[in-house]
Amino acid sequence: MLKIVGYPDRYSVAPGEKIAFKVSLEEGTHFEARLVRVIHGDCNPEGPGLKFKHIPSGADGRYPGKPQRIDAGSYMVAENFPALASEPFTFFAMIWPTLLRRREQTLLAQWDAKSSSGFRIEVLDGGELAVTFGDGSGKLAILKSGRKMLERQWYAVAVSVDPKSGAVTLGQRPIQPYAQIDDRAQASGKLTLSPKAVEVPLMLAGCPESDGTIGRHFDGKIDGPLLLAGLHPAGRHDEYLRPVVDPSLLASIIARWDFAREIRTTRVIDIGPSGRHGRIVHLPARGMKGWNWTGEEHSWLRKPEQYGAIHFHSDDIYDAAWETSVEFTIPEDIKSGPYALHVWSGETDRDATREQYLAFFVRPPRDRKARRNRPKVLVLASTASYIAYANHGEHITARGAERQMARLLQFGHTDLYMYDHPELGGSLYDCHADGSGVCYSSRLRPNLNYSPQYHSWLGGHGSGLYQYNADTHLYDWLDHHGVDYDVITDEDLHEDGYELLRDYRVLVTGTHPEYHSTPMWDAVKAWVDRGGRLMYMGGNGWYWRIAYHDELPGVIEVRRAEDGIRTWVAEPGEYYHSFTGEYGGLWRRVGRAPNVICGVGFIAQGFDISSYYRRAPDADNPRAAFIFEGVPDEIIGNFGLIGGAAAGIELDCITTNLGSPPNMLRLASSENHNSMMMLVNEEFTVVPPNLGGDQNERVRADLAFGETPSGGAFFATSSIAWCGSLSHNGYDNNVSKITWNVLKRFAEPEPFTSAF
Amino acid sequence: MVYKIDAERDRQFIEEFRSQPIGHHSPGLQRVLNILRHDPTGYQVILICKVPFAEWVLGTMPPSRLDGPIAIEEDRIFTSREEAEWEVFRRRWRQHTGEDINLPYRD
Repeated sequence: MLKIVGYPDRYSVAPGEKIAFKVSLEEGTHFEARLVRVIHGDCNPEGPGLKFKHIPSGADGRYPGKPQRIDAGSYMVAENFPALASEPFTFFAMIWPTLLRRREQTLLAQWDAKSSSGFRIEVLDGGELAVTFGDGSGKLAILKSGRKMLERQWYAVAVSVDPKSGAVTLGQRPIQPYAQIDDRAQASGKLTLSPKAVEVPLMLAGCPESDGTIGRHFDGKIDGPLLLAGLHPAGRHDEYLRPVVDPSLLASIIARWDFAREIRTTRVIDIGPSGRHGRIVHLPARGMKGWNWTGEEHSWLRKPEQYGAIHFHSDDIYDAAWETSVEFTIPEDIKSGPYALHVWSGETDRDATREQYLAFFVRPPRDRKARRNRPKVLVLASTASYIAYANHGEHITARGAERQMARLLQFGHTDLYMYDHPELGGSLYDCHADGSGVCYSSRLRPNLNYSPQYHSWLGGHGSGLYQYNADTHLYDWLDHHGVDYDVITDEDLHEDGYELLRDYRVLVTGTHPEYHSTPMWDAVKAWVDRGGRLMYMGGNGWYWRIAYHDELPGVIEVRRAEDGIRTWVAEPGEYYHSFTGEYGGLWRRVGRAPNVICGVGFIAQGFDISSYYRRAPDADNPRAAFIFEGVPDEIIGNFGLIGGAAAGIELDCITTNLGSPPNMLRLASSENHNSMMMLVNEEFTVVPPNLGGDQNERVRADLAFGETPSGGAFFATSSIAWCGSLSHNGYDNNVSKITWNVLKRFAEPEPFTSAF
Repeated sequence: MVYKIDAERDRQFIEEFRSQPIGHHSPGLQRVLNILRHDPTGYQVILICKVPFAEWVLGTMPPSRLDGPIAIEEDRIFTSREEAEWEVFRRRWRQHTGEDINLPYRD
C-alpha cells in the first residue's frame, strides 16, 4: 500500500519556471523531497538497476503533509440562482439512467447541506423518480414514483412542486414502452413539510453533502432540462420539445439549458430569457446523442439538436485540486530531460511503500531565441499516452485480463492502492462504474503508473514495464552513451507544433507513442517532410487520434470508434470528439495510418514473452550498411528485460498499401512468436482461425529503414520491447549497436540520398 | 459447448506447464490454460508482489471492488512468479478435475 502519493501541476516545465506538486501523506506529519534526474526506473536485478541523480535545487527539504482526498463525480452547477422553492415550479427533462443499483442519485437540487433544507429531484431505490424536501428542522419528506425505470432507456420526467402546500406531482414516462415492463408512473401527493427556499447554487447530477463534498451523483444522460414557473402537467413537456414553441408557453420559462450549445467548453447555456448559464465540473461526457437521435447524422456539429445530452458519471474526475505541498523554480542551468520530485516519508517495507517519484520533464526554453546551440537530438516524451493509460485498472476490473496476459496479474503496492481508491479515476482503457467507456483522461490527479519503479501487470514477463517506466530504458541508454539531447512532451508538441521541432535533426520516440492529436501529427509530418530523421523506438505508434481541450489544461479525449483494439466501444453516433468536433478513433480510419508517418504500422500484440529478429535480405543493401556496421549477426535481440527479447508486447510491420513508403527496407523481422502474440483486429475482416504468432505468418515486427525525398529518414524498431534489450551485456549487444549506429548517422548533417 | 478439461486426456500438459509456466505453450496446454483462467463466479486470483523481484503472495479479488477488499494469503510466500503460477495451476486443476497434483514446482 502507498503511504505517499501526489502529482505535479504540469508534466513539462522550462528552466526558470515554477512547478508545484500536490502530495497526500497517508501517515505521519512530514515528508522529505528532492529533485532528481530520472535515468533508469527499472529495479529488475537482471538489468542495470535503479538510477537517479540528485540535482540540488530549491525543492530539497522537509515539508508538512496531510491526507488529501478526491471528490470525484461530475455535475452541473448554476451559481447565483434564485431560491426556486419560493414559488410553484415544474421540472421537465429527458433522462437515460445507467447505474440504477446506486440508490441515491440527484437529477436537480437546490439544497443546503448544513441545514438539510431545500429540495432534491432524484432517482431513488433502484430507479424511482422522487422528490425530497427539507425544511431545516432535520426532517425530510419524500415522494417516490412507485415504479422503477430501466437502465439505458430514455424517460421523460416531469416534476411539479407547490412549495407552500407541499403538493408534488411526479411523471415518469418511457419513450420506448415495452410489453410486460411496468416502468411508467404518475404519482402525486402532499408532503408533510414544505421545502425551505434556499438561495444556494442550483445543481444537476450532484448535490452538496454535509462534509463539504458534492455527492449523490446521477449516472446517466440528461437532455434538455427545463424549469418552468408554475405547475404544469407532464403532458405539456411535449409542447416544449417542438421546433417552434407556442409563444404563450415561453413566458413560464425560468431556465432552459441546451447542452448542445458550446459543447467544446465547460459552459452550459441557458437559452431561456434570464441567461442562467451553468458550468460543468469534472468533465461529464459531452457531444452525446440525445433522446431524439435518429442515426441519420453522426456529428454533433451537423445536427446539434440531436446531441442535447450530457452523460454524467459518479466517478468522473478532471482536477483533484489538491493543495500545493512543494513548489520551486526549476534551475536556469538545468539540462532538458526526465526528472522527478522524489518524496519519501519513511522506510518502505513488505506492506507499505513510503516514497514516490513524481515524474515530469524539463523542456528546452520556450523562446526560440533562447534555444540556440541546442543538441541535435530530441526525445518526444509520450505524455499523451501516459495520460491515456493513467491509472489503467483493467487488472482490477476486467476478468479476461489474466487470459490476455497469459500469466497471473501482478499487483504491487501501487495496484493495491489503486484497488482501494477508484476515485483516482480510470484510464482511457477503463469503463466508468456504469459500464460506459472513459473518454477523457487528465493529468491533474495522481497518475500512479506514470512513475519510475512501477512494474505493470501488462508490461511483459521480466521487468514488466509499460509506457513511462519502459521509456526509462531509453533514457538510461542515452545516458550511458553520453548523448546530449533535449526532451519535449506531447503537450509541448501539441501547443508549439512544428516550430518546436524545426531546429532538431533527430526525433527519438519512446516505446509506445500511441496517442496523437491532429496538431501533433501535423507537426511531426511537416518536420519529417522537411528532412527530419525519425527514430521510432517502439510499437503501435500513431494509432489513436486524440483531442486536447481548448480551455482546460492537461486533459485529452479519445473516442473508441469503429475499429482497432478497444477495451470499450463508443456508442454509435458518438465517434466525434466533443473537444474539437473531429472524427475520433484510429488515425488509420481517417486516411493517416501509422505507416504514413513512421513507415510501419500496428500488426500484432501479446503481453507475455518476446522473441528475436532474424536478419532479412535488405540488411545487406548498401543503403543500410551504416546500420549494420559491426553487426554481422543473423539473430538480433534474443535477450532483454521485456519478455526476454527485443520483439514483443506490440509489433508493427511494413505495409505499403497502408502508406509505408515503397522504399522502406525490411532489415530484419521477428519470428517464433507464441500463440499469445495475436494479429490485431483491424488487420482482418473474416476472423481467421490462426490469429497467434505460432500459426500466422503475418505476426512479426519489421525492423525498418527508409529515406525521405527531402534527405531525411525513418528508422523503426516496430516493437515496444526493443528498448528493454538495450542494456543487455553492459550495453554491448546488437540491439544497442544498431540503435547507436542509426542515432550517430541520423545526427550527422549530411542528407540521406533521396534519388538513385 | 466450451471445452471441458478431461483429466485423462489433459494430464499430458501438466509437466509441460510445470517446466515452463510462462512462455511458449502447445495448443493443447493453451486450451487448458484458457479454461483454467476463467472463473465464472467473477472472483479473480491475483499475484501480490510484496518485495519487487523477490517475494510474492496470492490474493483473491471479489467480482467487484465494491464487494470488499482483496483477500491476501499472507502465510504462503513465493520467491518466484513461476512458483506461484504452479500453485495456482494445481489449485485450478483440482477444481476442474477433482484430482490433486502432488508435485512441487521443482523436484
